[in-house]
Amino acid sequence: MKTSRLFRRISLGSATIWLALFVLAPNLLILVTSFLTRDEASFVAPAFSLDGYAKILSPVFLDVLIKSVYLAGTATLICLLAAYPFAWTLARIKSRHKGLLLLLVMIPFWTNSLIRTYAMVFVLKGKGLISQVLTGLGIAEHPVSFMYTEFAIFAGLTYTLLPFMILPLYSSIDKLDESMLEAAGDLGAGRFKAFVHVILPLTKPGIIAGCMMVFLPALGMFYIPDILGGGKHLIVGNFIKNQFLTARDWPGGSAASVLLTLIMLLLMRFYGTSSRRLGKQGGDEL
Amino acid sequence: MRRLGAAARLVPVYLFLYLPIIVLVIFSFNSSKYSTAWRGFTWKWYGKLLGNEQLIDAALNSLTVAVLAATLATSLGTLLAVALYRYKFQGKSAVKAGVFVIMMSPDIVMGVSLLLLFMLLGMQPGFWPLLLAHTTFCIPFVTATVMSRLKGFDPHLIEAAEDLYAGEYRTFRHVILPMCLPAVFAGWLLSFTLSMDDVIISFFVTGPDFDILPLRIYAMVRMGVKPDVNALSAIMVGITVCLVFTYQLLMRKKK
Repeated sequence: MKTSRLFRRISLGSATIWLALFVLAPNLLILVTSFLTRDEASFVAPAFSLDGYAKILSPVFLDVLIKSVYLAGTATLICLLAAYPFAWTLARIKSRHKGLLLLLVMIPFWTNSLIRTYAMVFVLKGKGLISQVLTGLGIAEHPVSFMYTEFAIFAGLTYTLLPFMILPLYSSIDKLDESMLEAAGDLGAGRFKAFVHVILPLTKPGIIAGCMMVFLPALGMFYIPDILGGGKHLIVGNFIKNQFLTARDWPGGSAASVLLTLIMLLLMRFYGTSSRRLGKQGGDEL
Repeated sequence: MRRLGAAARLVPVYLFLYLPIIVLVIFSFNSSKYSTAWRGFTWKWYGKLLGNEQLIDAALNSLTVAVLAATLATSLGTLLAVALYRYKFQGKSAVKAGVFVIMMSPDIVMGVSLLLLFMLLGMQPGFWPLLLAHTTFCIPFVTATVMSRLKGFDPHLIEAAEDLYAGEYRTFRHVILPMCLPAVFAGWLLSFTLSMDDVIISFFVTGPDFDILPLRIYAMVRMGVKPDVNALSAIMVGITVCLVFTYQLLMRKKK
């Protein structure tokens, strides 16, 4: 059974080696670079230093970090509050058109997020959608532009990332066992109590997965502040991009990337423990 | 009454998701250059796109990379999914977790880390780094798509193949692959879309010699609203809609 063994090796080996080469190795490179010294001529000099980490502890970066966490965190919260009732209704609805309704969520999920960011310009600009509604209702006398404001960034982040909150929430609500809710009702729990003590804990993995899928990209999508924020509001993504391409401070940019990876791993751990508690294995999505 | 309540929760979100795109598509047919007011229907912006050689080049480059990356990623990702489904081996849970981590990892980190790798290897930004990068971020999504299909299988079919002395390869070729073929196609489509959509990772691994559509659009969009960008965006949205429909047909559960 020589071919069997060969097949087994190839099937497992090819992708694993590929991912080790193009994911693991580059990430190790980032980790190493974050501990090296900045060098004008050849980007980095092979000498140990903590300058990279000093950079991300400097007020310049901390400002960017706090601002990013505020922008991404608020956007995540808005997405969660908007998506939960929506996903709940979608999962429970009994309609012939349920497939179509779900498909309508998939389309924006798959649409180029740059194009969707661009579409937001039509809503925010002077004489844009919001402006026309406001002047039409007589709330504003003159056309108002919302471009290049903090509001524009919230709008852009929420708009591009909302589908990424809806889908994980939908799948965890869809898996809910109806009998659990009946049991809660039979035991005299009101709707609020049932929600807090039964539904919320059972859909927690979906909530965390959704928050991760909104929060993490929101820290990195440098083109949203670029297009809608007019470059006034920087996020971590802009900072990393600038360190690598403009400021030529590779250790600084690498240290910020390491920080992002750590935030991701922390959130994933959180997701892992919460879904294991429900008797599932971490990485069950696969 | 209940239906009304459901509609009240669904409709605003759908409006929010679709209104901006619909406005964008409508304005791609507006004959006024300054898209503030409607000045009549026109196809001219679409015609103008066809005359823009730079853009056509970028589109062809994007298509080439997307087709090749999707094909490579689908082959590798499918094999990995089958290996994870079939075999027990040391470090299996680590590989599974790794696939999940890669799916979640921020694009910006993948972008700069690949930039470092390609610099170290002395590769010039352009076609090859782009192809390698796109294949890499597509693999986990293919693996996840195929795995979700494999999970629903009747394991007896594979046992039957083994009882008939089919080796691993023949079991894969004649039993597993035909069964998960729709998921394999779906994984390919997903990869194709991911490749056509990516801005952040491509930004770091390709250069001016090999321009691609999303980066071209990024450069155009930074200049503000332009009617030809609207037309291009409308075309891309249209293609996405077709792809999603196909994907959905492929992944539909057989009753």
